[in-house]
Amino acid sequence: MKTDQIDRKILNLIQAGFPISPEPYREIGENLGISEENVIARISNMLDSGLIRRLGAIFDSGKLGYHSTLCAMKVEESRIDAVAAVVNAYPGVTHNYLRDHELNMWFTATAQSKEDLEQMLNQVKRDTGIKEILSLPAEKIFKIRVNFALD
Amino acid sequence: MLSEQDKQIIIELQNGLPLVSQPFEIMGKRLNMTEESLINRITYLKENGYIRRFGAAVRHRDLGFTANAMVVWDVPDNKTDEVGRIMASFKEVSHCYQRPRHQGWPYNLFTMVHGRSREACIKTAEQISIAVDIKKFETLFSTAELKKSSMRYFK
Repeated sequence: MKTDQIDRKILNLIQAGFPISPEPYREIGENLGISEENVIARISNMLDSGLIRRLGAIFDSGKLGYHSTLCAMKVEESRIDAVAAVVNAYPGVTHNYLRDHELNMWFTATAQSKEDLEQMLNQVKRDTGIKEILSLPAEKIFKIRVNFALD
Repeated sequence: MLSEQDKQIIIELQNGLPLVSQPFEIMGKRLNMTEESLINRITYLKENGYIRRFGAAVRHRDLGFTANAMVVWDVPDNKTDEVGRIMASFKEVSHCYQRPRHQGWPYNLFTMVHGRSREACIKTAEQISIAVDIKKFETLFSTAELKKSSMRYFK
């Protein structure tokens, strides 16, 4: 969708500093000099168009007791669709990308325990016939930034 | 420790914030909580790091950041902290993680680099390489997004 400058100002504001207060949309509007209705209508449009994926909270999965890892696999070109269908069917797989490398399929996997996570990856191996999955859990996080500053 | 009520709040928040004048009041009703106590509890969850960020998750591809590269680095083990901090200071870097090496996979630091073109990402990787004096790295561009969703916790 086409965004105008007010949309982009709203996005900048609500990516990080969404007010956790009784009337958040009115507050955002006051900040930008527009009405609460206008803010709600614009956010609603951006949600409908998919530009905003979700409005709410982004959680720290580790703090919630979950375990996650980044996985890499070598998948033959002709089998990519079939393998992706198996991998993507897991709700715990939230991201899956093809990358231009010998290890060409990269996905993230999250589960309630280490054992569940291991079981999930073993199941993927069984269902795809792929022998090796590189599992690379984060050992240290130097940065997670999820907002994009817009001009 | 998270209470049962906290888990219910987390489930509700994953459904998205209602687009009405007083969204926390509506959400509170579904949770049998007052607006005030819900706001206080969400603030607690945020201040204590359970909620990493409260607000909108955007599709950055739609905002012109069309290229993203995972740049992986082979950094000496005794330098990862220093190097990781410098890498994290680049505004083009959205994520910077340390991960284990494997046989045939010598890389231990991972950065996600975003830009408006492939060339911009390559340039950023080269600048990082100079800044941290690490020459051994690979730049992996994404060629297709096969899945992108949000995790559903406590479901």
